[in-house]
This record gives sequence, C-alpha cells and structure tokens, in this order.
Amino acid sequence: MITAKKVSKHYSKKIALDQINLNIPKGSIYGLLGPNGAGKTSFIRIMNQITAPDTGAVYFDNSPLQPSDIARIGYLPEERGLYKKMKVGEQVLYLAKLKGLTASQAKERARMWFERLDMVSFWDKKVEDLSKGMAQKVQFVTTVLHEPELLIFDEPFTGFDPINTNLIKKEIKRLNSEGATVVFSTHRMESVEEICDHIGLINNGKVMVEGALLDIRKHYKNGTYSIVTSEPFDYQGDALVYNDVSHTGFSYVLKLDEYPTKLVVDLAAKGILVGFEEILPTVSDIFIDIVENGPKA
Amino acid sequence: MNSPILLIIQREFLTRVRKKTFLLVTLIAPVLFAALMIVPGLLASMPEDHKSIVVLDQPSLLIPEEGTEQYALDYLNPGEFDLELAKDFLRNSEKDALLYIPSGEGWDPDFIRKNILLYGKEDISIELQRFVENLLEDRINKQKLLRQGVDPEVVEQAKTFVSIKSFTLGEDDASEETSATPLKMGLGYIAGMLIYFFIFFYSVQVMRGVIEEKTSRIVEVIISSVRPYQLMLGKILGIGLVGVVQFLIWIILCTTIYGVVSTFIFPDLLAQSAGAPGMGAPDMGDVAGLQIFDMIRSINFPLVLGGFAFYFFGGYFLYSALFAALGSAIDQEADSQQFMLPVTAPMIIAIVTAMNVIQEPNGPLAFWMSMFPLTSPISMMIRLPFGIPIWQVLLSGAILIATFFAVVGLAGKIYRVGILMYGKKVTWKELYKWLKY
Repeated sequence: MITAKKVSKHYSKKIALDQINLNIPKGSIYGLLGPNGAGKTSFIRIMNQITAPDTGAVYFDNSPLQPSDIARIGYLPEERGLYKKMKVGEQVLYLAKLKGLTASQAKERARMWFERLDMVSFWDKKVEDLSKGMAQKVQFVTTVLHEPELLIFDEPFTGFDPINTNLIKKEIKRLNSEGATVVFSTHRMESVEEICDHIGLINNGKVMVEGALLDIRKHYKNGTYSIVTSEPFDYQGDALVYNDVSHTGFSYVLKLDEYPTKLVVDLAAKGILVGFEEILPTVSDIFIDIVENGPKA
Repeated sequence: MNSPILLIIQREFLTRVRKKTFLLVTLIAPVLFAALMIVPGLLASMPEDHKSIVVLDQPSLLIPEEGTEQYALDYLNPGEFDLELAKDFLRNSEKDALLYIPSGEGWDPDFIRKNILLYGKEDISIELQRFVENLLEDRINKQKLLRQGVDPEVVEQAKTFVSIKSFTLGEDDASEETSATPLKMGLGYIAGMLIYFFIFFYSVQVMRGVIEEKTSRIVEVIISSVRPYQLMLGKILGIGLVGVVQFLIWIILCTTIYGVVSTFIFPDLLAQSAGAPGMGAPDMGDVAGLQIFDMIRSINFPLVLGGFAFYFFGGYFLYSALFAALGSAIDQEADSQQFMLPVTAPMIIAIVTAMNVIQEPNGPLAFWMSMFPLTSPISMMIRLPFGIPIWQVLLSGAILIATFFAVVGLAGKIYRVGILMYGKKVTWKELYKWLKY
C-alpha cells in the first residue's frame, strides 16, 4: 500500500528521517513504533503530504504520492481537535467535504456512523458542549467518514478513555477486515502489540527493523522457554531464569542455547508435564535489544 | 462548491456572519456613526448659557453697549463704586461676573488695555473672556484711531477681504478645474481612515482565526485534507468577504438613517451642521452653490473609487497575510504583542502622517509614503483625490501587488511550519529559520 524509498527529512540541523525504507502491506495493521522524537510523526506527515521529503519518494499503491491521494487517507493526528464553536453535524460534513465527498454522500454516511456509535443526539450540539469522550468519538468519525483505503492514527490511545479505546479498536478491526489498511503510530509499544500484524521500529530517524510481527519476534527469540509441571523437577544449571509455584503447578523459565527436546520428552515420559511454551520477545524487548546491541543479522 | 478554497471561504464566512456579535456590531456601528454626525448639530443648537456681567467702566469705554443675548452687560455708576465696592456688589448680587475697566492717567489706551480685570463667581469661560476681549479691542482700536484723527468709519470701509478662485491648470481651457482642496482633503482623509480601519479590524481577525485553529488543534486535521496555503487563502478571502458585506450593510444603513433623519426629523439641524465644518474655507456662503458642483466635478471619481477598491483590498490582503503568518507562529493571543507592533507600526505611521500628506499631497513625504507598500494603501488613498501623476499611481499599485505576492509566499512558508509548532515561544530568528524549511 505504502512504500517509502530512501526518504530523508531534516529540519535546519536536526535530522528527522535518515534514508528510511518502509513497506506497509495492503490490508495490514501496521505499527509504526519508536520512542518520542524518533521520526514517526515526520514520516506520517509525509504520507499525508503535509510536508514533502527532502530526498527519496513515497509510493501509494506503487505510484508516487499525488495530491488526490489525500482523499484516500484518513488521518487522526496526535495533536487533534475540532472547531469548538461549530456544531458537530456541520463540522463533520465540512471535514468530509474537504476530503472530497459530495454534500449528500457526506450526510448519508455521517447519519450511518452517528447511529452506529450511538451519537445521534450530538448532531446539533456545539463541540464545546460535548464531553471529552463524546468529542473523541466525533473525531474518530471525521477520520473514517470518507471511507479511506489507508487509515493513519498517530498516538491514537493517548487521551482516549478506556471505553472509547475499546470501541475504537473494535471499529478499526472491523474497517481492517473490510479492506482498509491501518497504520498505528505510538511510543507505547505494548499497546498495539495485540492488534498489529506488521511493525516498523524507528529510532533516531532510522528504521531498525521492519516486517511481519511474528517473523520479527521469531527472529529475535533468545531461547527462553516456559515449562509448567505438576510436580517439581530437579533442574540444575545457569539456565534457570525464574521459577514459581502456583495453583496451576510449578513453573520454570529457562534460557537455553538449544531447543529442549530431550527435557520435554523426559518430563512428558514421567507424566508431569503440564505445559511447554517458547517465549517470544515482546516488541519493547526487541526494541531495547536493538538499541543496545544493534539489529540482529 | 467542492473546491477546497471555496469550502473554506464558505465556512469562514458563514461562521462569522451567523455570530450574534456580527449582527450586533453591524447594527450598532451605523447608529453610532449616525450619532457622530447628528450629535454635534444637536449640541450646537442647544440653548446657550446666559451670563449677566456687571461693568465698572471708569473711562466710559463701553457705555452704552448692552452686550448680546448671551452676555448681558449692566453698568455700575463709577461715581459711587470703586473696585472693592464693585467686588462686594458682585458677591451680593445675582450677577455672574464683574468687568473692571480703569481710567488710568490721562485716558491712555495702552494703560487701559493692560489693566482691565474680569472677576467671575465661577471660573471665567474661555468663550466669555474672548467675547469681552473682542469687544474691548474693537473699542480701544476706535479710540486710538480717533486720537490720531482718523475716522473709524473710513477704516471700516477700507477693510478688504480677498477671496481667490483657484484652478488646476489643464491641457486646455475646457479641462481647467475649480480647485476643491477642502473637499479633496475630506474625501482623502475619510477614505484613508476607512482603509486603515478595515485593514486593522479584519486582518487581526485573520490572525485570531489562525490562532483559534492552532489552539483547538484542528489545523493538522484540516491540512491533511487541503494544502496550508489553501487554508490560509480561504481564511483571508472568507474574512475579507465578511468585511465587504459588513461595509456594504453599513453604507446602506448609514445612508438610510441619514436620509430619514435629514428629511423627516431634523431637516434644519443637519443643514446647519453640514454647513458648519466649512473646512476653514472662508466665506463659503457666496460661492457654495455653483462651486461645490464644480468642485465635485473636478475630482476624478472613477480614479478615486477604483483606487479605493484597489487599496482597500490590496492593503487588506497584504496585512492579513502578514497577520496569518504571525498567528501561525504563536500559541496564544497574549503572545502576539511583541510581533504585532512591528507589523502594525507602518499603518500607524501612515495615519499619524495623514495630516502632513493632506497638506502637501505632492511633497516628498507623501510621495515616499505612498510608494512604500505597507503605508501606500492609506497614504496613496489620501493623495488620490488631489490628482496624482498617473505613473505614481501605477508604480505604487505595482509595488503593492509585487509585495503582496512576495509576502504571501513568505507568510505561506512561515504559516506552513508555524501551524504545526506547539508550545514553543517563537523568536524572530526562529521565524527566519522557518523560511528555509
């Protein structure tokens, strides 16, 4: 859907993006992850054609970005808001028309969304009279109303209350299943791990790692295994990271150089094996690993 | 209606026009304006303040002058009163003031002139003092003339008043124009003030609008749909349109109110007050009728009106682009002060020097002020009714247009960067850096 080739952007002396290459596959839910100031927002603004890259190019469906593409993108910026003195309905229609919808299309879709998210009563209210949660719903509707093929959310869950967060996660998943490509940008990596299928990790304007989340986690696995048994077993060695007893049994976390086939088979033969799992690193683990040790070949 | 700029213009226009304050200002301003025209007339027609003055006229200089309806003079018998007794008399009487004219030695007019005293129960008004002074000057003059053996009547008859008819020399006799300086001064000044007011009032609204979009954080949502310059231009045009509509309503309302008032309510009154500000032109009465018509004809109205429209919009666009850039650079209106002053200073200078420009519309100050693009909308407008060489008008217009495009380009750059900068105190140096982003 989006391909960035050697995209660079600098502001006076500060380099925001340094020759980054990214590929956001069609139909994916893509997590653009990295600490504050890594360059995520800079890249998002380039995708939205708010700024242009200094060098390099961004391709939308294999052709270079062009002004008409903004109608195909729905963008919820990190710094977001609405005209406080304007009525909700009017404002939603205005923003939709700016995205190229006709008045009647905008009206029809707005009605549909207002009913779906149970906000019909907002229509004639001024934004300043809405609660924060209500305004967040309106903001979400303005982002998706023109049925964009690409949805970009910058720090979507900061400032959203938990109820809205869940509601919106649900709606985003639905939109994704209907074909929309979704990009989440956040520094809170754990918050999107469960819904993203692809990620790109950015730090200091460079892409550290990018690809399908599962592949990356497998690639960065470090031989950590969890074993749960019904009876304690005697394990000697440095490999033990952690052990604990709970109502489910005796659990052990081991760090091993090899896959523990023999151990598992033995425990199973003894009839005490309750569970075995290879623990894949979380995205934040991977990020810390990369920042400390550099990308793994 | 789906072009983004049109949509933005529409929104900017409608949200402002539908506000209650718009309605209020639009309706109240003409009433105030009409009041401004009518009240001086009303005041002038108010009953005058009557004073009665008791005079101790030892040299019999004024006797038997009775004063006017406003200032009545009564005389004390110089044989019975001296100054102290006269003061006591004033204290115990209904009279308002005491005028003491000493005779001095040998009836010397110069001694008398220097020793006249005026006492009042309250402070003596300037008007009263002037009345007494004029009266006495006249009498003492006559006495002096008599002493020199000259008949004051002869002097009175010899007084001459010269009234010059001035023309602006044209190519041939037919195009000779009656000079209409007072009218031109008034026209230029009013037009200049209107432009000043319009630019100031509405450009600041552009800045407010930009700041509002920034503080409400909607701006990034908008510019992910339209280009920043479209948003800026749409805002400038939309607010300009509000201004034009407001001005048109004002013109219509003012003319209506003035028309109604002058025909039905105070027909005499307005005739008075319209005649009163005679622009210092002496003795307009004689020439008024025919010449005013000539004067009006002597002004190149197509040029003045065209110039008004041009500088009205040219000035507004130039300044509103500057104000838009300013607004984008700051987070809160309170921070705008340090940047406002340098931008508004030229306009204020143009207004402060307006009188100098009017008095010498072809002088060097007037020339340079009307070339410099930040002052030309006001200064050139003030000059226009006086008939300016056409090359100057064209040059000034060209400079204004060129500057407008340059400024819009630069303002657009600052704006583009500024609207996405939050929570940063901006310096001039920073603004300069943004130009190169």
